[in-house]
Amino acid sequence: MPVISTAGLARTFQTKHGPVEAVRGIDLTVSPGEILGFLGPNGAGKTTTLRMLTTLLPPTGGAATVAGHDLARDPAGVRRKIGYVAQSGGVDPSVSVREELVTQGRLYRLGKAEAAARAEELATELDLTELLDRKCGALSGGQRRRLDIAMGLTHRPVVLFLDEPSTGLDPGSRADLWDLIRKLRADHAMTVFLTTHYLDEAEALADRLVIVDNGTVVAEGTAAALKAEYGGSPDATLQDAFIAITGRGAAQPDAAPLAV
Amino acid sequence: MSNLLSDTGLIFGRYLRQALNSKVAVVFGLLQPMFYLVFFGPLLHDVPLGGEGDSWQVLVPGLLIQLGLFSAAFAGFGILLEKQFGVIERMRVTPVSRLALLLGRALKDVVQLLVQSLVLVIAGVALGLRAPVLGVVVGFVFVGLLTISLASLSYALAMRVDSPQGFAPVISTVNMPAMLLSGVLLPMALAPGWLDAVSRCVPFRYLVDAVRAAYVGDYAWDTVGLGALVGLALCAVSMTVGTRVFRKAGA
Repeated sequence: MPVISTAGLARTFQTKHGPVEAVRGIDLTVSPGEILGFLGPNGAGKTTTLRMLTTLLPPTGGAATVAGHDLARDPAGVRRKIGYVAQSGGVDPSVSVREELVTQGRLYRLGKAEAAARAEELATELDLTELLDRKCGALSGGQRRRLDIAMGLTHRPVVLFLDEPSTGLDPGSRADLWDLIRKLRADHAMTVFLTTHYLDEAEALADRLVIVDNGTVVAEGTAAALKAEYGGSPDATLQDAFIAITGRGAAQPDAAPLAV
Repeated sequence: MSNLLSDTGLIFGRYLRQALNSKVAVVFGLLQPMFYLVFFGPLLHDVPLGGEGDSWQVLVPGLLIQLGLFSAAFAGFGILLEKQFGVIERMRVTPVSRLALLLGRALKDVVQLLVQSLVLVIAGVALGLRAPVLGVVVGFVFVGLLTISLASLSYALAMRVDSPQGFAPVISTVNMPAMLLSGVLLPMALAPGWLDAVSRCVPFRYLVDAVRAAYVGDYAWDTVGLGALVGLALCAVSMTVGTRVFRKAGA
């Protein structure tokens, strides 16, 4: 039983210049306990897909089930089961770390005492205990990221969605973040759905990659399988495979004119 | 229902704490009506204003509505900031009641406006305002009604626009004529026929007239009653708009 399954999931935006098909039809499944890397060039539809799966944006076509709940019919059920960490995080810099963690618990309908206890517990697990009474704005980049993830874990979600989690982190913090994500899966059997621009990150962290371009899935498989299939040889880099898949592979109806 | 109440309480508490932490903003919000009270109020002392009561009973109700008009209408600025930090999206992926996200904020604005109004009235009394206590209380009720209406609209607008540049000009453009046409500074009883007619299309005018009537102890149907009717209608429309936007906003 997959944790996430989508069929033809699509989103068209109505703009002044006519409809824009940001996502044309995504079919994918994610198994329990899997770390899935969701890759694609800028504008491929990654963020739109993520926003649909996390209930922030209603799909205009297709269907999806997330953590046992139908995305279109029961978004509230989906929300109770998923954690979402946006690229920008989501804490107010003028509020203390403790207050944000406790408020987040309360937003997930924990009682006052429960929410306070959960905040302490999360702080211990994510090494934030010393920082609980600081303002969120006073944290370093790596500390902020740990707090953002702690906020997403408040209600022990079945699936954690991470949008470009390591953007802006120094190499040390990045390595720590990878360890943390692996630990979450090991300790809590959590399913992780992460988007990233960094191919090394995808290769190091994800069990399986799904590559999207022009709003549809263009390739999927383990990093090794993608390299072998698209990179031309088992020694090819993921970069080679990625360029082969999204560069030459994708249809380009508006290619450069033959003559000017 | 109990979730709505507890969620509203939670959101209310969060923003009330933030308001208490930024007392400077609360004080600055009061500065403009205070300046009018101290530097403009005395000028009206011997001017015939065409109604019952002295000049303070005319000016203070107007300033109360002006305070509500300006503070509540700009309430949405907070949401623009929170959108940039990602706070709004973070809350929208939790099970929290969408209506509570609006109500909790608007109620905090009501409390803040009532405190500011109280300070304004006390300053008025120090300068010479005399009005029945019941009338003053009725005035606060109108301030509350106006605040919850305008704050809801302001939050709804802030959810829909992407930048402060798309927000502030809209509010200023609506607010300035609304303030002048509702007779905040001088009663519309002084206006020529055409101006009076235009001002009757501005709902805030009825609130100003109602509070002025209450301040001279007149609680008649055609003043306080009419004001209450317009205020409640405004509130119903604004809350409907606000709720709809919060239920489905793509912020």
